Amino acid sequence: MSCDDTVDCGRRRLLVATAAAGGVAGVAVAVPFVASMLPSERAKAAGAPVEVDISKLAPGEMMTVEWRGKPVWIINRTKEQLESLAKIGEKLADPKSEKNMQPAYAKNETRSIKPEILVAVGICTHLGCSPTEKFKTGAESGIEADWPGGFFCPCHGSTFDLAGRVYKSKPAPDNLEIPPHMYLGDAKLVIGEDKKA
Amino acid sequence: MSKVNAILQGTLNWVDERFPLTSNWKAHLSEYYAPKNFNFWYFFGSLAMLVLVIQIVTGIFLTMHFKPDASLNASGVPVAFASVEYIMRDVPWGWLIRYMHSTGASAFFIVVYMHMFRGMLYGSYRKPRELIWIFGMVIFLCLMAEAFFGYLLPWGQMSFWGAQVIVNLFSAIPLIGPDLSIWLRGDYVVGDATLNRFFAFHVIAVPLVLLGLVAAHILALHEVGSNNPDGVEIKKKKDANGIPLDGIPFHPYYSVKDIVGVVVFLMVFSVIVFFMPEFGGYFLEYNNFFPADPLVTPPHIAPVWYFTPYYSILRAVTYPLFGIDAKFWGVVAMGASTLIIALLPWLDRSPVKSIRYRGPLYKGFLAAFIVSFFILGYLGMLGPTPMRTLVAQICSVIYFAFFLLMPIYSSLDKCQPEPDRVTSK
Repeated sequence: MSCDDTVDCGRRRLLVATAAAGGVAGVAVAVPFVASMLPSERAKAAGAPVEVDISKLAPGEMMTVEWRGKPVWIINRTKEQLESLAKIGEKLADPKSEKNMQPAYAKNETRSIKPEILVAVGICTHLGCSPTEKFKTGAESGIEADWPGGFFCPCHGSTFDLAGRVYKSKPAPDNLEIPPHMYLGDAKLVIGEDKKA
Repeated sequence: MSKVNAILQGTLNWVDERFPLTSNWKAHLSEYYAPKNFNFWYFFGSLAMLVLVIQIVTGIFLTMHFKPDASLNASGVPVAFASVEYIMRDVPWGWLIRYMHSTGASAFFIVVYMHMFRGMLYGSYRKPRELIWIFGMVIFLCLMAEAFFGYLLPWGQMSFWGAQVIVNLFSAIPLIGPDLSIWLRGDYVVGDATLNRFFAFHVIAVPLVLLGLVAAHILALHEVGSNNPDGVEIKKKKDANGIPLDGIPFHPYYSVKDIVGVVVFLMVFSVIVFFMPEFGGYFLEYNNFFPADPLVTPPHIAPVWYFTPYYSILRAVTYPLFGIDAKFWGVVAMGASTLIIALLPWLDRSPVKSIRYRGPLYKGFLAAFIVSFFILGYLGMLGPTPMRTLVAQICSVIYFAFFLLMPIYSSLDKCQPEPDRVTSK
């Protein structure tokens, strides 16, 4: 900008400063609009823990409960199913659960507090579909001949074992999430809370 | 009679002194000179505008009865789902208006895909029409957003899980992804907040942008003039009055031609609306007749047909790269597959515009591209198997090769010379 007879530099500076201040104000006004799309206080409060009675869950069975609007699976795994977990390590993307998809107390071979009871969020870590149970083993499952039982996501074909660990070379990047949970007695489970009671 | 004419002429003069009515009529219709050799492919621009009008009008009437509410009513059905059933069963003629709207969504994509393919056949995106193409691509993206937001509203199983998958695409973005997807949903899962905001986007935000873009698309077109099946500029040969020798006024010549297209289109459209509104599950998916259930994904979920090619590309990426998950790269590939189309004006280095004068290389690549686009679209409707994933991966490579190798093969190609003037008799 050259200051000559036609341009009043004082006024030009005032214009630039005013426009800049107006621009800042415009951006600031966008903040409440953008923030209004965040989860409301009511949505935040809706995430209360859920209590579940698992006394009637027989070995080999699975139940689904809702926590924070998501399906949470509780699976009572049989001895054979637990044994299969150790054999498929090299087929899995994260067999030792090294990525932070579970609380510390579930970072073990079975990804659970009690070895037989798996508690997992039934939401595929790829794009959020809920995988389908494929507990039948072998070719009968329709997945592969040496399928040891697990879960199959109908959306993009990711497969998970019976500890919610994802198989290699599948679209899902991570193992299924293990939610915070704890036992109140032998057959009473609380999902969403893990305070040492 | 002459007295009536005088009154009309007087009224028109009164308006013209206050608003550029006659001058705009001339500039855009009666003295807009379009090439005289338009063929079948040139129906789809005006048809796209017709479908836009159908969607806006039917949409306005649907909002009078629809309730964007995910809470359960007294009989345990989500209110939004129940309000769509109410439109279908209890609102007088509600079924017709809703079927026009749902069929219109698919019809929109059919005519827009044909319109885009026309642009590719005849090089309509080439200089000086790059901005028309860019506006058109943004319209296409808006249309996809509009279709996606609208698809959640009936709150069926496919609505819910489709939205769940697409919103989760954003969570694949490193660092900000998870927070971004929560912000988009307004909740930790797809829920009432999501339904309400998608309704707002669908009925007002995106349509406003869409209308503005359509205006820009047409203004840009009328600034530079229409391309034609020969891909030669009619403005290069003008008569003594400065009118292109191969140009004819849009009105009445093409307004009448387009009415023929409209009539044929409405015949097909009506047959679908009245006799096959679900179109075998392609226009309205069967699973969407079940209310949304956040705990159970349907055993087979697939997007509506117009999204399936890109969805196949998303699924085809199964390898992590640079230490980032395959999920992220799938999203990148899907985004790139739609955005890369916008780069055509700069990727195409051919000396000719129209397919009529292009050489075998381009024709081969275009044929391979179209075939793989259809295969990807077909695979996207099916569940994944290792074999299908492999085919989708091959087709995705062809899809991108068509664009990325274009600067090379389009300049190497043996083209025929373009004619001086358009070749229609």
